Amino acid sequence: MASRIPLPYSPKVLELFRNPKNLGRMEDATISATAGSLACGDRIAIYLKINKDDIVEKASFESYGCAANIAAASVLTEIIKGKPLKEAWKITWRQISDELGGLPAIKYHCGILAVGALRRAIRAYYKKEGGRPEWLPEHLTAEERQALEEEELMEKLAKMRKKL
Amino acid sequence: MSERTLKSIEELIKFHGKPKREVYFDGENSGRVLKEVIEAMLPYFRDTGYGHPSITNKPGWEAYEAFSKASELIAKTLNVNSQDLIFTHSGTEANNLAILGGVRANKHLGKKIIISAIEHLSVIFPAKELEKTGFKIVEVPVDSEGFMDPDTLESFVDDDTVLVSIGYVNHEIGTIQRLREIIEKIRDKNPNTIIHSDVVDAYGRIPLDLTKLDLDMATLSSHKIKGPRGVGVLYLKEGVNLEKIIYGQLSTQEYWPGVENVPLVVGFAKAAEIRFTNFEEKVNHMRKLRDMLIEGIMDKVPYVILNGPKGERRAPDNVNLSFLYCEGEALTIEFSFNGVYVSSGSACTTRVLEPSHVLVAIGRKYEEAHGSILFKVDPEHTIEDIEYTLEVVPKAVERIRMISSAKPREV
Repeated sequence: MASRIPLPYSPKVLELFRNPKNLGRMEDATISATAGSLACGDRIAIYLKINKDDIVEKASFESYGCAANIAAASVLTEIIKGKPLKEAWKITWRQISDELGGLPAIKYHCGILAVGALRRAIRAYYKKEGGRPEWLPEHLTAEERQALEEEELMEKLAKMRKKL
Repeated sequence: MSERTLKSIEELIKFHGKPKREVYFDGENSGRVLKEVIEAMLPYFRDTGYGHPSITNKPGWEAYEAFSKASELIAKTLNVNSQDLIFTHSGTEANNLAILGGVRANKHLGKKIIISAIEHLSVIFPAKELEKTGFKIVEVPVDSEGFMDPDTLESFVDDDTVLVSIGYVNHEIGTIQRLREIIEKIRDKNPNTIIHSDVVDAYGRIPLDLTKLDLDMATLSSHKIKGPRGVGVLYLKEGVNLEKIIYGQLSTQEYWPGVENVPLVVGFAKAAEIRFTNFEEKVNHMRKLRDMLIEGIMDKVPYVILNGPKGERRAPDNVNLSFLYCEGEALTIEFSFNGVYVSSGSACTTRVLEPSHVLVAIGRKYEEAHGSILFKVDPEHTIEDIEYTLEVVPKAVERIRMISSAKPREV
């Protein structure tokens, strides 16, 4: 079993936790998606307003999760504003972590979850629009798979406990 | 710890700053030592009794004297003999000694160990270790308030039961078990079974007479009564077999080798002396603050559930509430910025949040456990502390809920 240390959050994480940017549900969103689950203790919802040129006009989020989760979603929505979806797709969790002054290792999954939610939204958008652009991978990327794994893992755990 | 982590922590503390008022409610995990206790300990670091209590020189004899007096005082509060107290360096160590040492020394009595589903992890984990060496662990279930049914427990006890370990007061949700009745039933069914109780959260909160309870072993911890951290006790009834679990130079204590930490033992005794002076008054004070906090929060904040029982069957210091649609860590940090220091039942140990085993055992859903916050009041807290907390909590919860992607309509 691993040890538990107090989370060495950077001031940037705490600052965004206290004053998150782009917070809240977007009523006129073109598309939205979530990643994570309440049972795993973190779930990010991403809302995107996309224009006809496939550029992110507005982005916002809601987060049921820890400080890192909130900060990661805040940073992500800030980065993708004004970007074409093709560029937004390329954002990595590492970039988010770096932007936050380095997430503690135990919180890497928060960055992954934020990216997972964004990519789900982008996929959903093209599914709705019809036609997958060439740059969009056919199969799920690592971040999307991780989000999925996390959601499934918790379901499995809950079932296991019930059996016990 | 890496240099980078240390630097982050320094920056974090600087960023956090000092809130205008600070109230520490995390007595479960650590605590502020009483001033009088610190004063009582100080001379024993340098001025007197700084020797080894089993060595023949003046500081050694002084240490032995101080140690013995402290031991006497604590024994009196429990109505037992001081020779039956084993000083360890924490409650965790005392529980490990009880479970591992108690079972190994009495293995001829059977293979079955009975614990409850809501024991402290320092009871559960050593029991799980024994399971690897061929013992069978039976976990007694609890109801939605954390109570064990004495008859159910009795039905698990058989001729093969070597040890039963049942905590008196639950550390997380404050449930006070009907321990006397439970012990009687175990004795009736199998008089040879060794009975241990983790009484850490009962000590200094409810009347406790270990002789009357007829326990074989019991665990105490100093920091839970505002003594120093780093000192615990295992009470071992005369005649009960125990095996050592650590080895080293023998000192005054047969079962816990190594140098006794005399200043801390003195501090523990001082904390006990203070707690048991006007004991009833202190208990009533805690109960009053407890109810003020529970009722105040439930009154001001929607979607809150109380974990554990109400009233007389709940420890006077325990407040455990689940704030739905909130994640616990975010809440602890938000409270902290406002000077209210608490802990959450869920801990981020892996990619997913690990819910408290106690809350899962009483039937809480994961998302209910994740939003749980534990407050422990103590005799030093004031009505103003509670009033301040009642100002902070609703605002903090409202802000975290505003951020949250979980809304009342969906759970």
